[in-house]
Amino acid sequence: MPSTPIKQVSGKGVFVPGDDIDTDRIIPARFMKCITFDGLGEYLFYDVRKTESGEDKAHNLNDPRFSEASILVSGNNFGCGSSREHAPQSILRAGYNAVIAGSFAEIFFGNSTNLGVVCVIATDADREAIAAAIEADPTLEVTIDVENLKVNFGDQSVPCEIKPGARDSLLSGNYDPLSELLEGLDDVAKTAGALSYMQA
Amino acid sequence: MSKSLFEKVWDAHAVRQLANGQTQLLIGTHLIHEVTSPQAFGMLRDHGLKVQYPHRTFATVDHIVPTNESVEPYSDPLAQGMIEELRKNCAENGVTFFDTNTGKQGVVHIVGPEQGITQPGTTIACGDSHTATHGAFGAIAFGIGTSQVRDVLATQTIALNQLKVRRINVNGDLLPGVYAKDVILHIIRLLGTQGGTGYAYEYAGTTFDNFTMEERMTVCNMSIEGGARVGYVNPDETTFEYLKGRPYSPTGEAWDAAVAEWKSFASDEGCSYDDVVNIDASEIQPTVTWGITPAQGVGINENIPAIAEGETQSERDSIAEALEYMKFEGGSAMKGKKIDVAFIGSCTNGRLSDFEEVAKFVEGRKVAEGVQAIIVPGSQVVAKIAEAKGLDKIFVEAGFEWRAAGCSMCLAMNPDKLVGDQLCASSSNRNFKGRQGSPTGRTMLMSPLMVAAAAVTGEVSDAREVFGVAPVGV
Ligand code: SF4
Repeated sequence: MPSTPIKQVSGKGVFVPGDDIDTDRIIPARFMKCITFDGLGEYLFYDVRKTESGEDKAHNLNDPRFSEASILVSGNNFGCGSSREHAPQSILRAGYNAVIAGSFAEIFFGNSTNLGVVCVIATDADREAIAAAIEADPTLEVTIDVENLKVNFGDQSVPCEIKPGARDSLLSGNYDPLSELLEGLDDVAKTAGALSYMQA
Repeated sequence: MSKSLFEKVWDAHAVRQLANGQTQLLIGTHLIHEVTSPQAFGMLRDHGLKVQYPHRTFATVDHIVPTNESVEPYSDPLAQGMIEELRKNCAENGVTFFDTNTGKQGVVHIVGPEQGITQPGTTIACGDSHTATHGAFGAIAFGIGTSQVRDVLATQTIALNQLKVRRINVNGDLLPGVYAKDVILHIIRLLGTQGGTGYAYEYAGTTFDNFTMEERMTVCNMSIEGGARVGYVNPDETTFEYLKGRPYSPTGEAWDAAVAEWKSFASDEGCSYDDVVNIDASEIQPTVTWGITPAQGVGINENIPAIAEGETQSERDSIAEALEYMKFEGGSAMKGKKIDVAFIGSCTNGRLSDFEEVAKFVEGRKVAEGVQAIIVPGSQVVAKIAEAKGLDKIFVEAGFEWRAAGCSMCLAMNPDKLVGDQLCASSSNRNFKGRQGSPTGRTMLMSPLMVAAAAVTGEVSDAREVFGVAPVGV
């Protein structure tokens, strides 16, 4: 089931500061008592945004200037912790389709790519420049050029990185691997047939 | 050419190469639970697909089960809905389910090994990041997302990039009162939370050779806290001894054949690694985390770092953020922090040997006034054996609550939660902000015996002093 190729992502940005933003912070476990991913967008970064009594904290994610943002800019080791796909699902369902970070935890990166959420790496200095530019002008258009590995914003442009395999998948629209995996079922049976513990 | 266990297992399970260069990898054993599987079954239905190898998927329920009520419907209708959904999905698809009435239910990473489902030389996946636990048996075990759970259900494979392998040698004897938990907290402190990104960790050395399977599981369990998706120990006689006679272990001639095959998967002498780290076991202290990532830990007799001790600006920011959240003063002693809650359990330290060790020392002691202390067995099997040995009575006598099997306060998707900014001494694996159910709740990770020491003194303490494990100062 190939999807539309993703050659670039454009939108407004919002800066979520901090390193080691874990998946419990992206979506607290108490909101995962559900059997579908519908409605998860509402709880994205819930405890980052809300006080214990449910009032809005002072945070970029609550700031009306950034309410139209669709690209998250954050720190190092973004998405560490749990393997919960609820994290990228809530990001997607809250209206974001890309994350620019210093680095990504591996499982989060894979889960996001499978969903077509573009995750690119930029240096500390370059992310600071992006953050400063969107702070100065929240309406600034940020474009992640997956093909040429650049983040363009205003009249500035900085390089970004993404794993080559993930880049290929996004560019070809094959980031959801299911159909390709299904095509290999005969080979799967052969591999399984050679392993004693796989026998029924 | 000599190869590591990782390479051998990978090669035996590689089906073919995909267009983007990833490998289509056969997942021999698939474990599922109620939180990350319902959406995958939903996707399968949407695509009109069936479970391809139903006999290779095993289910249990752990995250949402209450540990203080056993009669359904549970007071939480959402939890009830999740257990029912799993029951339905397993029944409709012919998947084995270790339900609450089977006597085998428990945390997925405890159930797999104790049933003998976890075996050397296999690939294992579960929609849960602590799946590396199963690597203790010389399996390559991955935590996966829900879309990949769908992929495994539909094809018994996932698309994956090969990992590099870092060998971590720990040699020598651990000091008395130092446990497997301290070994992994020490490793994470050394290598950082991202140190393992892109790597599988091969744990080796005489310390691991001498470890029991339960100790090996404790270390492998927390590989992901160090950024490594996979962690393993090469299989040896200890592994085979543990597996012999388990419900899903091979028997008779098949057992001998299996052992021979399992041995052949162990890393070859002299194979090459992408990186090697050497650690002297005698340097490892009982370790406690003071911050909001598992790498923010110190030896029990050290001080919590001050902000200025961070070497880079981003490190200083991280220390400042952690100190603020934990309400600790930079430079203050780790020892003596007053706790509100003590939790012993989870897939890291919820096994029989953890409870036996704690029982040995808390017998005749009392939980400090004002501290809530709970002990939660990792599975119904663990609970039953512990109760047969009378451990539950020792705990209750000492003022601990003895609960039913589940994840409990490790992540609090059930009624066991911190309240407000309570400070918890915990044998679990994550100290993230809000992890234990309260958005301002505070967690300190440590070994079960260190949790017990904190429980009886009411503050973070050196278990060696509290319980006379070793002469003070060692
Ligand atoms: S015990 Fe904790 S870490 Fe282990 S599976 Fe349950 S919630 Fe996850």
